[in-house]
Amino acid sequence: MIRVQAEDFDPGIEIAGFAAGNGRVGGVCLFLGLVRDFLGQSPETGQSVRGMTLEHYPGMTEKQLAAIEAEARSRWPLEEVLVIHRFGRLEPGDRIVLVATASAHREAAFEACHFLIDWLKTRAPFWKREHTEAGDLWVEAKASDDAAAERWTTR
Amino acid sequence: MKVLYFAWLRTKVGVPEEELAPPPAIADVAGLIEWLKLRSAGHAEALADLRVVRVAVNQDHVGLDHPVAPGDEVAFFPPVTGGGR
Repeated sequence: MIRVQAEDFDPGIEIAGFAAGNGRVGGVCLFLGLVRDFLGQSPETGQSVRGMTLEHYPGMTEKQLAAIEAEARSRWPLEEVLVIHRFGRLEPGDRIVLVATASAHREAAFEACHFLIDWLKTRAPFWKREHTEAGDLWVEAKASDDAAAERWTTR
Repeated sequence: MKVLYFAWLRTKVGVPEEELAPPPAIADVAGLIEWLKLRSAGHAEALADLRVVRVAVNQDHVGLDHPVAPGDEVAFFPPVTGGGR
């Protein structure tokens, strides 16, 4: 299931309801992405961030996330998939994205969850605009994100 | 044809979307870009460096050689930056 929304979500409630009643599920894996309060790689050297606005492409976002879910389901024996991605104004510490996978065995749940977050970071049409003390700036895509997604193409 | 711009491309072009009718000779994304660059200085600036521009036709990622036709929805945007960090 794919959800794209401005509102916050409660990971506890989402996970409690996720795969509930499905006796074939032996493991659930969860990734939760948050808004950091610094730019760059290090909190010591990075400029502080006051918040961000996440823009997206309504329609394409849902289409691409559905395609990413279908790709994960084709690669691993998944019972359930949940992707929630927020857009709009977000503050440091806010939740941005939740990816959850459920499978009979943990390996599939772990790997599919990792795949989904790596894949969506390079395919789903979202753009971050960070608000800093020095002004606003568009976040540039990172080569490390491409590399993270790339390794799933060789499997 | 509906043409959309996102993030800093939208800022440079000045509008989020346009309804356009390119001449029939415009057959692919690369041709459409060259035609769009003639529309304004903002278009030309936004589409100047294609290394930092990504394209979708009808909401799927495509390359510069992908065909375009009347009725298509074509979007231009920077490399995506979603997800957590």
